[in-house]
Amino acid sequence: MSGHQGHDDHGEHGGHDDYEARLRAFVGGELTASTPGPDPVNQPMIRHWVEAMGDENPVYVDQEAARATGRPGVVAPASMVQAWTMRGYAAASGASPSARRGFDELVGLLDEGGYTSVVATDSELEFQRELAPGDEVLVREVVEEISAEKKTGLGAGRFVTTLKTYRDQRGEVVATQRWRTLRFRPARSEPAADTGTGTDTEAKPPPLRPRPAINQDNTFWFEAAKEHSLRIQRCTTCERLRHPPGPCCPECGSLSWDTVEASGHGRVYSFVVNHHPKHPAFPYPLVVALVELAEGTRLLTNLLDVAPEDVEIDMPVVLDWLDADPDLSLPVFRTAVTEVHP
Amino acid sequence: MTVGALSGHAAIAGIGATEFSKASGRSELQLACEAVLKAVADAGLRPSDVDGLVTFTAETSSEIHVARNTGMGELTFFSRVGYGGGAGGGTVQQAAMAVATGAAEVVVCYRAFNERSGERYGLGQADRPMDVSADRAAYAWMTPYGLNTPAQWVAMFARRYMHEHGASTEDFGRVAVVDRKHAANNPAAWFHGRPITLEDHRESRWIAEPLRLLDCCQETDGGQALVIVSAERARDLPHPPAVIRGAAQGSGTDQHMMTSYYRPSISGIPEMGLVGRQLYAQSGLGPGEVDAAVLYDHFTPLVLPQLEELGFCATGEARDFIADGHLEVGGRLPTNTHGGQLGEAYLHGMNGVAEGVRLIRGTSVNQPADVRHALVTAGTGVPTSAVLLGVDH
Repeated sequence: MSGHQGHDDHGEHGGHDDYEARLRAFVGGELTASTPGPDPVNQPMIRHWVEAMGDENPVYVDQEAARATGRPGVVAPASMVQAWTMRGYAAASGASPSARRGFDELVGLLDEGGYTSVVATDSELEFQRELAPGDEVLVREVVEEISAEKKTGLGAGRFVTTLKTYRDQRGEVVATQRWRTLRFRPARSEPAADTGTGTDTEAKPPPLRPRPAINQDNTFWFEAAKEHSLRIQRCTTCERLRHPPGPCCPECGSLSWDTVEASGHGRVYSFVVNHHPKHPAFPYPLVVALVELAEGTRLLTNLLDVAPEDVEIDMPVVLDWLDADPDLSLPVFRTAVTEVHP
Repeated sequence: MTVGALSGHAAIAGIGATEFSKASGRSELQLACEAVLKAVADAGLRPSDVDGLVTFTAETSSEIHVARNTGMGELTFFSRVGYGGGAGGGTVQQAAMAVATGAAEVVVCYRAFNERSGERYGLGQADRPMDVSADRAAYAWMTPYGLNTPAQWVAMFARRYMHEHGASTEDFGRVAVVDRKHAANNPAAWFHGRPITLEDHRESRWIAEPLRLLDCCQETDGGQALVIVSAERARDLPHPPAVIRGAAQGSGTDQHMMTSYYRPSISGIPEMGLVGRQLYAQSGLGPGEVDAAVLYDHFTPLVLPQLEELGFCATGEARDFIADGHLEVGGRLPTNTHGGQLGEAYLHGMNGVAEGVRLIRGTSVNQPADVRHALVTAGTGVPTSAVLLGVDH
């Protein structure tokens, strides 16, 4: 299983716990010291950007139109804020080696862990004021969070969340950006069965799987799943197991319940192979199985390592985990017969 | 259950529908009004005679909008039935109970939508808005895994049914072929003049294995309405009454919406068996006295267990019943003589109730001989309903 291989890779570099601690030391620290953008906000770059984006709003290029909206003059599109601080193609441009030491050290440590590839997964921007030609933009980046290793469709990796703070020449904050990347170990020979765009490694990250609607009755299950624990609800009065969970025992009417940990063994009770319509988060054909657990309850799930034509009713399967994205981990199953025990 | 007070008290006296299309070009409310006005006219009544309205909870055109636009005036009874396509027979039951108890005298049941050009149910639930309701949370067990659409939900039942009863996808295909054969004769059907063969079915693309494209019903814009009055009053109106011998709803043990996968067995439709037993108890009839049927066919596989649950054949034998030609005109149980939802239109089953009325009137485009009783079912996989219609004694 790829998860175990990942831990072995860490072992070559002085132990898993030590590596975790070295990563953890970056949280809260500065990745890039406050660094000015190569050029001040300027009309030519604005014009190129809005033409490329197809944005025809005249407030970006026409002084009179901008004044008609109550602005003193043309402004830059808010979402250009990152563009003002991007490094150029020439190595000499952008932050100085000393300013970006934190960044280089973190990337080096991630490389050491085998996380040599990167995709951006999230960008949440908040804007304080509009920028106008002549403004200067500086950016500082700090690390907010580095996740535990997650298994994703692209390979095992860690989500690195940072906060970029953009300030102007007066030191006032003009925007903040929560920036999340997945630093991952590219999946090797394993077919990219986990997500829809596993073959598309250099392009955009795959769209997120549909969100589950979480409420008071099911939140325990999804929270446990994030910890890679498959829970089955149990009535504490009559001990009947039930899934999907609910607030009340259909057997005895009791409202009190706890959970038990599923053994992770089950059999395929029925399955479908989806072709149309295609949702962008999934690969097709997509196998969705109804698995009957050894404990007797059933649950819907995906089968990861088996071709659609090889799935059979009553086939034994074992639990595995899919960290679909930072907010969603799901129990999935693999064929029990092909499991390799190291 | 004994023969109930409901049986024989009310009748369907009028039916009316818009054309069935893929893009109506007008509002859902207008479709509803057009269907209602046609049904009221078919019954030989005026809108001002109507004092009751029943529709689906899924309906977007509320009773008040239909009433004020069609000139109905005062209403003394209005009610809605939930669970999507499972509601059809339930609306007729509501109307029949209202008429039998005097809550209303002329009740119109209606359903109208731009289901093809507007919100398409077939696209599924994957990216619908989130809330914390139990109904929305129920999808949390499916959509994160990519089990999002009605076809996919039905496919899970179909696969298990095949496994337990030795059925094949060809057995499902035969349902599509007979539906399309009937639709080919029906000028109102979308697939008028376009029959298919088993080979066409076999060569159609996979949608959600084991379902192929031709196992899935179409999507439709349109409206359908029915007028229910007392059987006594119906005798004075233009058409022979389609007397409501039975009308029932059913929700099974451990019922879910299209995904009741957690029951000991998932190869049957126990809620439909529950409905059937009520119909027979109310009417004093049995499956042997049902001469024709309209069986809900959003997807072909669930027609098979309907035949079994309603007692037309034994469990697991529906494929033989179908292969022997019993759904054809001239067979033991001519079924979906309008072409079904695969062939005529997907009107959430309400067009099927209208066909049941035509079968009793003797006016179906594929009219079998000597139809005295016709059974019409509503949606499968959901809490459902059905009606048993009969000729006037």
